[in-house]
Amino acid sequence: MDSQPIIEARNLDKFFGKFHALKDVSISVRQGERVVVCGPSGSGKSTLIRCFNALESHSSGTLVVDGIEVFEGSKDVRKLRQEVGMVFQQFNLFPHLTVLENLMIGPMKVRKVSRDQAERTARTYLDRVHIPEQAEKYPAQLSGGQQQRVAIARSLCMETRIMLFDEPTSALDPEMINEVLDVMVELAETGMTMVVVTHEMGFARKVADTMVFMEEGRIVEVAPPDQFFTAPASDRCRMFLAQILEH
Amino acid sequence: MALSETAGLRGPPIPKPPVHQQVLNSVPVAVAIYAIVVGLIVYGSFAGAQNMGYNWQWYRVPQYLYSFTDDGFQWGEISVGLVATIRLSVLSFALATFLGLVVALLRLSGLVVGSAVAVAYLELIRNIPLLVLLYLFYYVLGPIFGLDRYVASILTLAVFHSALISEIFRAGINAVAVGQWEAAKSIGMSTGQAYRYIILPQSVRFMLPPMTGEMVHLIKSSAIVSVIAVAELTTIGRNIISDTYMSFEIWFTIAAVYMVVTLILSVGVSFLERKFTVDQ
Repeated sequence: MDSQPIIEARNLDKFFGKFHALKDVSISVRQGERVVVCGPSGSGKSTLIRCFNALESHSSGTLVVDGIEVFEGSKDVRKLRQEVGMVFQQFNLFPHLTVLENLMIGPMKVRKVSRDQAERTARTYLDRVHIPEQAEKYPAQLSGGQQQRVAIARSLCMETRIMLFDEPTSALDPEMINEVLDVMVELAETGMTMVVVTHEMGFARKVADTMVFMEEGRIVEVAPPDQFFTAPASDRCRMFLAQILEH
Repeated sequence: MALSETAGLRGPPIPKPPVHQQVLNSVPVAVAIYAIVVGLIVYGSFAGAQNMGYNWQWYRVPQYLYSFTDDGFQWGEISVGLVATIRLSVLSFALATFLGLVVALLRLSGLVVGSAVAVAYLELIRNIPLLVLLYLFYYVLGPIFGLDRYVASILTLAVFHSALISEIFRAGINAVAVGQWEAAKSIGMSTGQAYRYIILPQSVRFMLPPMTGEMVHLIKSSAIVSVIAVAELTTIGRNIISDTYMSFEIWFTIAAVYMVVTLILSVGVSFLERKFTVDQ
């Protein structure tokens, strides 16, 4: 595995008004590494990965993603976002466009790819997420699981090098979670760099190279999954795992 | 409460509304009341006119709408005036929409200067009466910038309505979920691209009903330009009356023409609206 760090965050702090959302967070992600971030709600997981594609700007510290230094007002933010895909909890598909158009609009308008080329790419990725037959439908006509798979394909169509997942299965009905996780596992197998915020520990065990546990804006524990699940170093992490693995 | 005890679900029947409501809501009664009210108003005005000794000459009105002569079919003066009103309204509305969009985007830009300029513009326009605004454009700015009465009218109507339209745009844009912005940005779109391809197309369905209202409002307020003698429906009505003294017939007719146009517009747009919601 290439050990070059593709995301390098040092001493990140983030304030929302007076609320201290990230406290001195440092993390580095290698190319091809799969990182799963977990922790109780309000612990800053989402804020952290939203900083990685500049949807939030950190208040202090340095952040370099794919060789681009990220800071508020940077001109390179758009270049960065073309390399970093993001999948949201609420899917955020464009409801006025068909599935195919959802996948084509980024490549066509941002990367200036020709319509034919964009459509070919879109169909390829729809195949990859196992819903080629839904191409002409509107998002509202799809199930939650299908919508989230379209959202993943939409990011992939930008030929991103890093994929961020912000609780991708939290808004789904239980019977649809697996179809999304399966797609994510397949994606992991292609060697994509992934940072995933999720509570799906089965998925984490299967694909994660590194587990990160956050609480109250700090990274409390970073460990490979074997160690993380069997012998977590901190009490807080042990308690958290006990709570979510109970069922 | 068990399901079977719920009103209407195999339980006791849903209680009926009180008798007077049932009677008032029945179709024949409603139609009858409506007819009586309208009849009274019409009768009242005709009786009043009769008492004044008003000489009704409805038979002379159609020639102002259209006429058949040896030369064939010809539009009358009122029809020509209507076309002028529509042209004036459409031009003003197009300009008002453009101005409104610019002001809304300035206000939403997040720049302090932008929103300050937008707020100042809105407050200025909203607090000047339409008639005074028209005089300002025609008698003050007109001579300075060499605006003729037609241009002054278009500018007045456009500027006046752009204030309300900008608020409609702002509300429509804000009605689109934040997640849409984030999704657009996360695939690398610029703010302009996000507006153009993602946000504005979605705000259309929020904006259609109030925009129709605004168009109707503009058509009606376009009558005010008759005070500076721009040739449009109301001005032509006044001219006909000064020739014929048929003030009752002509004003009734002019009012009816405005109503027909605005009603057609409202109905047309509600069809369009239905289409937009089906496509979602």
